[in-house]
Amino acid sequence: MCVRQCAFKGHSYDPETDEVISKEELCVGCHRCVTLCPTNALTVRQNPLDFRPNGNWTPWAIRNIFKQAETGGVLLTGMGNDRPYPVYWDHLLLNASQVTNPSIDPLREPMELRTYLGRKPKKLELDYTQETLKLKTPLPPQLKLETPILFSAMSYGAISYNACESLARAAEKLGTYYNTGEGGLHPNLYKYGKNTIVQVASGRFGVHKEYLDTAAAIEIKIGQGAKPGIGGHLPGEKVVEDISKTRMIPKGTDALSPAPQHDIYSIEDLRMLIFALKEATRYTKPISVKIAAVHNSPAIASGMVRAGADIIALDGFRGGTGASPMVIRDNVGIPIEFALASVDQRLREEGIRHQASIIVAGGFRNSADVSKAIALGADAVYIGTASLIAMGCHVCQKCYTGKCNWGIATQDPYLEKRLNPDIATERLVNLINAWSHEIKEMLGGMGINAIESLRGNRLALRGIGLTDTELEILGVLPAGR
Amino acid sequence: MKRIFVKEEFCMGCRLCEIHCIVEHSKSKDIIKAFKIEKPRALPRIMVEEKGSISFALQCRHCEEPYCLEACMSGALYRDEKTGAILHHKEQCVGCWMCVMVCPYGVIQRDLNGRKVALKCDLCAGREIPACVANCPNQALEYREG
Amino acid sequence: MRRPIKPWFEKEISGCSLTGFINEDGRRVNGEAIIQSIGLMNERSNGLGGGFAGYGIYPEMKDFYAFHIMYEDAQAKEEAEKVLNEFLLIEIQEKIPTRKTKGIPHPPLLMRYFLKVDENRLYDLEISEDDYIVHIVMKINSQIKGAYIFSSGKNMGAFKAVGFPDEVGRFYRLEEYQGYTWIAHGRFPTNTPGWWGGAHPFTLLDFAVVHNGEISSYGINKRYLEMFGYQCTLKTDTEVMAYLFDLLLRRHQLPIEVACKALAPPTWEEIEHKGEEMEWVKALRIIYGSVLVNGPFAILLSHKNGLIGLNDRIKLRPLVAARKGNTLYIASEEAGIREICSSPDKVWAPKAGEPTIGWLKEDRQNEFESPRTRISDREKPQSVYSVPGVC
Repeated sequence: MCVRQCAFKGHSYDPETDEVISKEELCVGCHRCVTLCPTNALTVRQNPLDFRPNGNWTPWAIRNIFKQAETGGVLLTGMGNDRPYPVYWDHLLLNASQVTNPSIDPLREPMELRTYLGRKPKKLELDYTQETLKLKTPLPPQLKLETPILFSAMSYGAISYNACESLARAAEKLGTYYNTGEGGLHPNLYKYGKNTIVQVASGRFGVHKEYLDTAAAIEIKIGQGAKPGIGGHLPGEKVVEDISKTRMIPKGTDALSPAPQHDIYSIEDLRMLIFALKEATRYTKPISVKIAAVHNSPAIASGMVRAGADIIALDGFRGGTGASPMVIRDNVGIPIEFALASVDQRLREEGIRHQASIIVAGGFRNSADVSKAIALGADAVYIGTASLIAMGCHVCQKCYTGKCNWGIATQDPYLEKRLNPDIATERLVNLINAWSHEIKEMLGGMGINAIESLRGNRLALRGIGLTDTELEILGVLPAGR
Repeated sequence: MKRIFVKEEFCMGCRLCEIHCIVEHSKSKDIIKAFKIEKPRALPRIMVEEKGSISFALQCRHCEEPYCLEACMSGALYRDEKTGAILHHKEQCVGCWMCVMVCPYGVIQRDLNGRKVALKCDLCAGREIPACVANCPNQALEYREG
Repeated sequence: MRRPIKPWFEKEISGCSLTGFINEDGRRVNGEAIIQSIGLMNERSNGLGGGFAGYGIYPEMKDFYAFHIMYEDAQAKEEAEKVLNEFLLIEIQEKIPTRKTKGIPHPPLLMRYFLKVDENRLYDLEISEDDYIVHIVMKINSQIKGAYIFSSGKNMGAFKAVGFPDEVGRFYRLEEYQGYTWIAHGRFPTNTPGWWGGAHPFTLLDFAVVHNGEISSYGINKRYLEMFGYQCTLKTDTEVMAYLFDLLLRRHQLPIEVACKALAPPTWEEIEHKGEEMEWVKALRIIYGSVLVNGPFAILLSHKNGLIGLNDRIKLRPLVAARKGNTLYIASEEAGIREICSSPDKVWAPKAGEPTIGWLKEDRQNEFESPRTRISDREKPQSVYSVPGVC
């Protein structure tokens, strides 16, 4: 069975000796064989081939040079930044209410996670001429979420059709949204349109009238956290018939999105595109703009809001991807914690925070990370890698080969079958429900019964093990104050 | 009556159903012993048919109008009154293999390990859910009315 | 007055007592009654803060802004007066009359000023008189070390100190003032020591707020207000209440009931259940999400035309209201009301999130600039808007 299940041909059966032999060098650590072995006979260990200990020339650095010397190519990898940079979520702690303020029990009292994303007016205008109060000017279009968690942009092509379908169904069940990524939308998934955010990326793959009409919101992708500054990458092996039709490109060709959007060379061009989309959809859908978290994110975000974006999506450097050059993934971009804190603060200072909602993404691992992000100022959180893990991914980082043993990041029909959308949808729903419940418990512990009171409430956080500057940028007090 | 149905789009050809069928029909019901110690090894009543990327698991359909029952000379094949399943009495079978030839699905096998009798799925009498259905990792097998 | 040395964003918590009443016919009474009412509830405070606000107390100077300012030292006074002289016309400046009271040692310098705004200045700056005053108050409170303006309205004044509230009342000689609305507060701060500026009520222009509870959403309420230019300098969470009401009522010109619904909105479920008629509540909650005040609270908001009592969405703090004749009483405890009104016509407990509103019945010429202070009955200023519980 392990022989059949390993797409990397790590195991093979030798009928002569009646044995299964393993080629260790081909193992990628995806645990497929381990999980399915009926006798639990397998396990995976790191290959104990030791180099001499060297603080600078780590085995990883040495092996990368071997690979490049052999092939002369750019090193590709999948998923998010795995380098040991500090994870700032682990340096933030949440509060709980005691004595002076009663904590609230989420099992017995209403606890509200409802979130609305979109542009909001500065004040309420009411019409007093009628018997009952009426709104004078209607609100700009909003996305309604039952929980502040959405599924991040993962393109059809990078992940399989079954995976896309699972995300769509889970989003519908949970009352939240999923993002198509830059791969276009498969016609069979149009029926989930009202839970879909479609993406218009630099390659404009799959962008046509029905695509825009069917969606609940449109996202202009300027960049993504895993590879800021360059475009998306889908290796040719993964461009099969269906992908080619959906993306509107020839079969078998590498789908390399251009680095910039070639009609957005400056902020005023972005404004043009935003309003072009708004006109095309008759101002009925919010327009979101996604950027990677880079050094001058606050200034960029401020510009974007003034250019007309209703939602800003910030992707931190831990964001995942199907394929990206390793150097860019590991070295470009900044942690989402700082980007979020500074963007939120900057928008407030300019008095325009209400004009756009902020969604953050990039390596959120659990509901505590989500709560801390909301406390720093985010309106909602996109989860990418976490949702893939819920569907079965073991983060082996080989998505770019198209040989995902779990049926997620592959277009090979033999492998794709392994992902049963019924099972995957249920697992995604379970994950989000579990996280939502945990968030409710944390809110209740803080004596809050609506998530609006946590959003941007930096006083709910304390920092631990952070320098003064980091505390200042994050806008939180050190633990103990 | 309740039968086993396969969802072809989810069967990945892993053959865990075959393995668990063997375990269920072994003497020890323990996977290591069933494979390593018991000789002869029990045979699976379920087979995975595979071609290219298409695969699905097939076993006795427990037909409403079973050809095998009619063809059986010795009356070894009979329908269980409670579950409606077609069961096979090993001792009564004479090994003529008419059932093997007449089955339109080809799901009856020749039991070459012993008295050369016939072998087919018995819906795991005694279990609430058949072993193959319970152990399919991708929920490709369903046990339901139909 | 010793202001504790703490980083500016730490907040004090308000466990306490409050009481207030309004004579809707404009009849003015002296401060004796309110002192007695709050004095009865001394158990609820710990002697580290008490305060009062009275309306109609300066009838001869009713067109002047009455600033009550406390100074830590002479230098603060000098600097603040420089600012006042530069931006305003000072008509009278004098010490606030006080008497030596046992429970109130070491008072700071307490001064009051009656001020007018030079109209020519306003014309140049193109802002309203009230906004001008707000700017000056924010400026002095945040920039001048040791000076705190704790009252800035016309024909009203706030009086606060560290001590038991009845002692504070005696200290300020409140029996010598006559007002038609009085509110009072006794404090139980859990951070030590209390400081004079931290006592309630918190005021801005003629809004005064007293508060019992803790605002869990203080962090975001504060940041939201900062976007509109308010500075939260008095290190107590109640401050945001006063500023939120100023923002919603005066600047955004929302009626009282709408503003209260923004602070203590119903749940989404309830809103959806009511459908069409609650469409505006849904929009209100979406727009003013950061205004939602979470955490237990019971507040009294007073302004020159009325008195409002409000509880949080799930009523975690006590509040009782009563009526006798033309007077509306609201307090933390019924005993506090019965102390000064032994047989009210009606006594009830207001519901969670529903405001209890009392209005001055006389013709209102100097309202907020808004023509719609109440949702209905604008042409009939005599009747009180009917909310559940108010007859």
